[in-house]
Amino acid sequence: MTTAVAGASMTQRRTRDFAAIGIAAALAVTAAMASLVIGPIAIPPQRVAAILFGFLDGTATAGRDAVVVLDVRLPRTVLGVLVGASTALAGAVMQGLFRNPLADPGVVGVSSGAGLAAALWFILGAGLGNLVPWNLGTLGLPLSAFAGGLIVSATLHLLSRREGQTSATLLLLAGIAIGAFTSAGVGVLVFIASEQQLREFTFWTLGSLGGATSTKIALVLPFALAFMAVAPRLARGLDALALGEAEAFHLGIDVERLKRVAVIGVAAAVGASVAVSGVVGFVGLITPHVVRLVIGPAHRLLLPVTALAGATFLVTADIVARTIAAPSEIPLGVITAGVGAPFMLWLLLRQGLAQQLR
Amino acid sequence: MFRLALALSAALFATGAAAEQRTIVDAAGRSVPIADTSRIVAIGGAVTEILYALRLEDRIVAVDLTSDFPERAQQKASVGYMRTLSPEGVLSVAPSLVLAIEGSGPKEAIDVLEKASVPFVLVPEAHDAAGVVAKIRFVADVVGEHEKGKALANAVAADLATVAASRPPQDQRRKAIFVLSMAGGGPMVAGEGTSAADVFALAGVQNALTGVTGYKAANEEASMQAMPDAVVMMSRGEHVANADEVFASAAFAGTPAAHDKRLVVLPGEYLLGLGPRTAQAARDLFVGIYPDRPPPAVPERPWSTDTE
Repeated sequence: MTTAVAGASMTQRRTRDFAAIGIAAALAVTAAMASLVIGPIAIPPQRVAAILFGFLDGTATAGRDAVVVLDVRLPRTVLGVLVGASTALAGAVMQGLFRNPLADPGVVGVSSGAGLAAALWFILGAGLGNLVPWNLGTLGLPLSAFAGGLIVSATLHLLSRREGQTSATLLLLAGIAIGAFTSAGVGVLVFIASEQQLREFTFWTLGSLGGATSTKIALVLPFALAFMAVAPRLARGLDALALGEAEAFHLGIDVERLKRVAVIGVAAAVGASVAVSGVVGFVGLITPHVVRLVIGPAHRLLLPVTALAGATFLVTADIVARTIAAPSEIPLGVITAGVGAPFMLWLLLRQGLAQQLR
Repeated sequence: MFRLALALSAALFATGAAAEQRTIVDAAGRSVPIADTSRIVAIGGAVTEILYALRLEDRIVAVDLTSDFPERAQQKASVGYMRTLSPEGVLSVAPSLVLAIEGSGPKEAIDVLEKASVPFVLVPEAHDAAGVVAKIRFVADVVGEHEKGKALANAVAADLATVAASRPPQDQRRKAIFVLSMAGGGPMVAGEGTSAADVFALAGVQNALTGVTGYKAANEEASMQAMPDAVVMMSRGEHVANADEVFASAAFAGTPAAHDKRLVVLPGEYLLGLGPRTAQAARDLFVGIYPDRPPPAVPERPWSTDTE
């Protein structure tokens, strides 16, 4: 696909880019609209639209339907878009940075750090809450997960710096070691946990957009937006990095700065996502691969399309999670991995991915 | 004559589903106004059992995963696990009241239900005989069935008192250990502050595992050192633990329990639910642990047998 582009004129390339982004955006908008209309409670689309317009021009409608659309579906959808987009984008950036198809946002230690902090909160929650002077309430869990993710990422980043340079291999290996260490910590907590705490923690590790509130959106929004604003600037550097670190340097890329910005951006965006929705597996790993198969590996286009595709994937998975077993709900991670993994295997078997990785 | 008719119709209204508005203070100390109890979502096995015992099953529109008795309760819609309720899922069964055992949630779901004007009442959890009786009366009062609740609570209290009267004196009590699961390495056992420990106390059985709180993976030597006279387990569906298998485990080798092959297996929600069937469960536990003593004369009740 890339060879075809090489021969094409600038305008043709532009048109193709706009088309790809346009289609991805249209899919994301469709998924978001479906997420507002579909749910265990049947509400006609016109009624949903009326409630939403009423919300926008301040003439709030009352009643059960309004609560469902405005307090359940709308926050869930917005959260799904933000979490899906930042997780998938983080996956694309990490795979580009490490030049490793297995890299996912968890590589920088965010998920393991957030997991440990979340386990701490679930199991010692009351004690932890007393350490701060104000009452955190339901924000205690997301805030501590976020802090845990950032602390572990920062530690990892410092550990993998040698003589002012960040070694990607060292970062990857140190990440694995720290991951093992945090899971030992989680193990200790699991040991002292009650059955109920254990079950709550297990559900958290499977991810969910349930319990979405405007406070959670406010928590994730600045990090997600900042990351999405920074990511396009990394595209040229990531493309150059595909040739090798020395080659990228000679192409005039500040490789150190690229690594730093990428790692910090991913840590912040994924940390905030994990904090509000738990660990939703597979979105960050598979979305970039699928997008790369369709539009090619150039990061200029890969990054925005992956973000849109991630939002589409997560929002769609959430629709399934909350309707398939209604009135109960199945964990989101079950859907993303349960659908995502076979899909990825199917792609592998079709040789596409296998050739790409060769 | 007119007066009598008026009194009659008033009585009919009072027992009907749409009684006048009342305010209940629930287990979390929240004041919840209740007007209509015709469509109830019951969360927690004991809550569901109490509603069935009060013969209010027609008012239940959905239950949670722990509501496995009576068996026909499982034909109701399921709202899933009590701690991860989905607000839209609960709203989709159009409830007029959610009766949930203490600990249900999450808080975000309760907030949304409140905003949608669905009363959400947390039922206080029980830890002893008085708690079980209070739980029954609480549920009955919330649904406006004060008299029926009183009758049920009195019957359960009488049965629990019968069990209490049969309890052997402190120095003759046997020690038992509750094993949640044998999977993996050491057995998961119940320490202090668990519903298993509460039921042991009701049946006059000593918990062999002291100095530990909650359900823990016990060291095999620790469970040996506890020297239990009996092992208590839950049956899960068709799978019933087998005495040979349990006592072959190193954790119980050499204990009096292994010597006497004393294993008591009872359904989980029956044994641990602390609901209207608790007196019968405590009786069965007693019979399993003290086969040499006269069993407590606790009769089967309409709510302790799965009739239909």
